[in-house]
Amino acid sequence: MLESLTAFFESLGVSKAAEQVEFLLDPSNIPFAIWETLYAPLIATVLAYVIGLPLGILLVTGEEGGIRPLPKGVMSVLNTVINLLRSIPFLILMVMVFPLSRLILGTAIGTTATIVPLTVAAAPYVARLVEASLREMDRGVIEAAQSMGCSTWQIITKVLLPECKPSLINGATNATITILGYGAMAGNIGGGGLGAISLMRGYGRSQTLVLYVAVIILVILVQVIQSIGTALCVKTDKRITKNSKKGE
Amino acid sequence: MEPIIEMKHLSKTFGDGNSQVAALRDVNIAVEKGEIFGIIGLSGAGKSTLVRCINLLERPDEGEVLFHGKNLMAMSEKELRAQRKKITMIFQHFNLLDQRTSLENVCFPLELVGTPKKEAKKRAMELLETVGLPDKANAYPVQLSGGQKQRIAIARALATNPEVLLCDEATSALDPKTTRETLRLLQDINKNLGVTVIIITHDMKVIEEICGRVAILNHGVVAEIGKVEDVFSMPKTEAGRRLVYPDGLPAELLPKTKVIRVAFNGGTAYQPLIASLAIDCGVKVNILGADTRNIDGKAFGTMLLGLPEDETEAANALAYITSQKDITVEEVPNYHA
Repeated sequence: MLESLTAFFESLGVSKAAEQVEFLLDPSNIPFAIWETLYAPLIATVLAYVIGLPLGILLVTGEEGGIRPLPKGVMSVLNTVINLLRSIPFLILMVMVFPLSRLILGTAIGTTATIVPLTVAAAPYVARLVEASLREMDRGVIEAAQSMGCSTWQIITKVLLPECKPSLINGATNATITILGYGAMAGNIGGGGLGAISLMRGYGRSQTLVLYVAVIILVILVQVIQSIGTALCVKTDKRITKNSKKGE
Repeated sequence: MEPIIEMKHLSKTFGDGNSQVAALRDVNIAVEKGEIFGIIGLSGAGKSTLVRCINLLERPDEGEVLFHGKNLMAMSEKELRAQRKKITMIFQHFNLLDQRTSLENVCFPLELVGTPKKEAKKRAMELLETVGLPDKANAYPVQLSGGQKQRIAIARALATNPEVLLCDEATSALDPKTTRETLRLLQDINKNLGVTVIIITHDMKVIEEICGRVAILNHGVVAEIGKVEDVFSMPKTEAGRRLVYPDGLPAELLPKTKVIRVAFNGGTAYQPLIASLAIDCGVKVNILGADTRNIDGKAFGTMLLGLPEDETEAANALAYITSQKDITVEEVPNYHA
């Protein structure tokens, strides 16, 4: 099989085909790379939500005219910090948070170490995504909840979050895919994964075949995540009737 | 009757600096326990602000809101939240939770007070029976019609056994037939459960249909207040007339004579007034407009009459009409202005 595949790619004009096919078929390479590609970004996404979800809620509830307005100074600091973090390119942020990574994980390099910059980059993005979702909420429904004697906490947990759930799921899908994309840059700080393989081997050593295979797998991963996200969103959204779900 | 809700000297201004808008100006209304009270006004009159001042969704700048004599504005947020379970509200756009079934929507206010789930469900089912939609318990709002949504909203508003139900343009998004059914339901709730109902609307028919008393709100000021039959049969203010006779009359087309408004105050059959006036006094009057309304089962009519230009004839006619039984006469000044 190895030989026939090599011959096939050589006939297509791929140089160094034997070496590349061998690498791709080695069961310890690609599956491990997929695992590395997923685990750091997925953990970072979860952590980013732990930080970003409350921040996003604050951005909506704390603004002037919100359900629990915060002092204007607090809100502008919050907004500035979020904007600042979002404006630093990830490649640079990754290097900037080295000290933080060392402090938390004891190391600044390797796949696990990328969780720190990924979280730092994703948390403000998640906060904005959550903010956008919660802003879709109908003011009238919140007013109705207030008229029934809802406390601020009850409005957040019983009205805002459950009513915006489909939109929040959409946002989480977006966040996961974006963070997965950031994760592909992890190769630069010694992390692994499909991104690192395409950069180091594919580009660095001109192994075009490896490059394409790694990119195609990344594309498939993103497609799968998007499909799961969309399916979950549609399934949760009770505003969509059964008929429109079937596309009738 | 003791008042259940009293609004005293309520004022509310929106905006600041030059763009200030006075939404309410020194509003005084006392709503009695067990009545259906209407607040009517054209859009921008401040009705929605006023109803939101009752449960303090909107805080008035000045004045007091008393519930059973206790000032809601002096209460802590926690106390106020407790009172809001006794003064519930329904809305023009229903404001149901889209991601919950009808039953779960009705359970919502019970969840807030920590009612055990099983008990809450039982109570919610009873309420769905009350509003006539037990079969829609597991339907989501998207599957319901406007009228059905409002019924679910009413069931939800009743869950905490309120004493007062505020209705903010609750029928304005509904068709006439559904409006009538919804009003009927509100009337039943008022009669059977003794809930005081306060209705905000721009629609005269809603007030006529079920209200006992009405306040006309005009540019944030209470223009008239009283029994619906009194206010609607003989509006005393310009604001009242604009509401009762929204189309007005093309004044410039009418002869410039003295104009009087004649009101038949119900109870008796209409006398052939114009005919007898012509026969008994030999005076011919000009009918400029006439309207009859069925208020609370009694017939009320008003007529606008243009008196003859001759002053003696006009005086005779006026004296004759004034002497009739069950008829009120009022001169309409500046009719042609």
